[in-house]
Amino acid sequence: MTHNNDIAPRSAEWREELRKALTAKQRGDIPRVAMPELDPAYRITCNGEVNCGISREQAVLEATRCLDCPDPQCIQGCPVNINIPGFIKNIQRGEINEASRVLRSTSALPAVCGRVCPQEKQCESRCIYNKMKKAPVAIGYLERFAADNAESVAVPANKPNGIKIAVAGSGPAGLSFAGEMAARGFSVTVYEALHEIGGVLKYGIPEFRLPNTIVDKEIAALQAAGVEFVKDCIIGKTLSFEDLEAQGFSGLFVASGAGLPRFMGIPGENYIGVMSSNEYLTRVNLMGAGQPGHDTPVLAGGNVAIIGGGNTAMDSVRTARRMGAARVMLVYRRSEEEMPARAEEIKHAKEEGVEFLTLHNPVEYIADETGRVTTMRLQRMRLGEPDASGRRSPEPIEGDIIDVPADMVIVSVGVSPNPLIPNAIKGLDISKRGTIIVDESTMRSSIPTLYAGGDIVRGGATVILAMGDGRRAAAAMAEALLSTDKSTDL
Amino acid sequence: MFKIIDKEHFSEKVVKLVVEAPMIARSRKPGHFVIVRTGEGGERIPLTIADADIEKGTITLVIQAVGVSTKKICALEPGECLTDVVGPLGQATHIANVGTVVCCGGGVGVAPLLPIIKAMKQAGNRVITVLAARTKDLIILEDQVRPFSDEVIIMTDDGSYGQKGLVTNGVEEVIRREKVDQVVTIGPAIMMKFVALLTKKYDIPTMCSLNTIMVDGTGMCGACRVSVDGKTKFVCIDGPEFDAHKVDFDEMMMRLRSYN
Repeated sequence: MTHNNDIAPRSAEWREELRKALTAKQRGDIPRVAMPELDPAYRITCNGEVNCGISREQAVLEATRCLDCPDPQCIQGCPVNINIPGFIKNIQRGEINEASRVLRSTSALPAVCGRVCPQEKQCESRCIYNKMKKAPVAIGYLERFAADNAESVAVPANKPNGIKIAVAGSGPAGLSFAGEMAARGFSVTVYEALHEIGGVLKYGIPEFRLPNTIVDKEIAALQAAGVEFVKDCIIGKTLSFEDLEAQGFSGLFVASGAGLPRFMGIPGENYIGVMSSNEYLTRVNLMGAGQPGHDTPVLAGGNVAIIGGGNTAMDSVRTARRMGAARVMLVYRRSEEEMPARAEEIKHAKEEGVEFLTLHNPVEYIADETGRVTTMRLQRMRLGEPDASGRRSPEPIEGDIIDVPADMVIVSVGVSPNPLIPNAIKGLDISKRGTIIVDESTMRSSIPTLYAGGDIVRGGATVILAMGDGRRAAAAMAEALLSTDKSTDL
Repeated sequence: MFKIIDKEHFSEKVVKLVVEAPMIARSRKPGHFVIVRTGEGGERIPLTIADADIEKGTITLVIQAVGVSTKKICALEPGECLTDVVGPLGQATHIANVGTVVCCGGGVGVAPLLPIIKAMKQAGNRVITVLAARTKDLIILEDQVRPFSDEVIIMTDDGSYGQKGLVTNGVEEVIRREKVDQVVTIGPAIMMKFVALLTKKYDIPTMCSLNTIMVDGTGMCGACRVSVDGKTKFVCIDGPEFDAHKVDFDEMMMRLRSYN
């Protein structure tokens, strides 16, 4: 794992000066910055980004709060070990470009991660302020500030080495891998199955949480660094592994994502109006359903229920609100405390008028004579003993079942790995869950020239973990390819 | 962009397009489909590949203008482009020498049936093709299926061409006459449902190819799900071909009306 203390070392004179300028008490007395947000009543009428971003003054003040600890635990809390005090202190001294450089030395997509990472469970959860019963430094807001406000600096790429590398999938894992390999001088082509580049960042995460322009900026930077993108092309279908070999590619990184929505297998789940969150979000985000000039239909929905408690469920409830549903309910079988969604999404959803039906679990859907869902039958639950995940497991309360009207039900109970590539490539070791088996340190699969990362390996994780996989795979693949005298073909 | 090389009207509403898509032409097999999008605000819709020419780098699609997107596609002229064509998708048809195969297609379903007829014949089967439509003008691809069929039976609802009657009448005629080892049926869901009911009566293995609503076509959305033998399957990755005796056609027809 790269540690980038060499870019902004704690021992640097300017950092020592910043530390001396104020006492810990003075820093700790500064209140944590509040993210300016669009008003809930207004924002549910449009798709504008809810978090407006903090100002330069707010950012510098928030950066001043950071105590620049000698043993910063926040770095340990970050899945890719970003040099957090290093970038924060650069913001404090006004060196935004340098702050961005520190971020980019570890993270390919800081503008994305600053928006979608669950900071309260990662870096911010380890901030020393928590122990002092104070609010942690707003690391996520600062990351976003630095990424959004730095002048874009072209990544200095190494001299082209002429080695061709293919990437399957243009989501966070694929993009970060492509950037890393391009910077090392490899000639990278990214193949995307859909008609848009960006994977889950485009089809999944809604505009109000992650504007497409942010993603497009990152893609443009990769293109400027020489990365080629090919849309409408599925590795394992349009082009086989052997085709890539014949075209002279020396390595393939598979980052095809978790493309298979799970359903619960309860009666009535195939009625009209019951759909996966992937389908709903893809229709709205990728296909522009409901917007003028877009042909893809989406059901309007009066009483909309979303089943699940993760970030995708939150994205779905909040999207349904914006699509004009009269009543939007989130149905979750555990309590709010066990919800895997980011705290901010839960807060935003509540502000936007989403009803939380926690400790409820659907057992059946009922439809009218045309097959359109009208009602969901919910089993009331209570919390029992902790299960394998450490969360208290929900148990049904015998006989306590209610019927709730719902004309649209969005099932958001997780995804499985996309089977296209695992099924298409011979000799690739696949787990029982359908994920590609890799060496955890190198991300190398059972095929020596095939590496994989992101949800196709993890089965359903976060943007930052996918990105970390891309970086690790790039480092390992580059080393393997460059250590051999001549590049070996696939 | 995927350029249209050639266009032919089979009937007022049914159009054949030959589209430049060299990578797909090379990798497709009978039974595969593509997802097509027209225009930046266009819908993604599945279309089964009717034919391909590896040397020319083209695939052939047959489209019936019924909805917003199919009407737009049918209005395109040679030289114009489809915005996106991705594939080949789905599982290829299982082709084997089983003996006598009856291939029955209705309406535009004959288009995806054509590559299967060819492959079944080339695998050494005796192939009897039953083509059905409402009326004479809607019978398509008759000349193309003839060279690969030992016999072609034409059925029209109004009797304007071939025999008067439904596709099931034509299929049953063959079943009563000789031993049939397999039936392949592609067409409207209601037609496949009745073919399946008929062949179940005679206990003849029957394969159907389903055309459901899809968005991505790669397993991501689940819009295409159908019940097969009581279990939910995704047409895009588990199909599009299934054992017709196990498909819940009533549920499929219901789901096809989702956005009507």
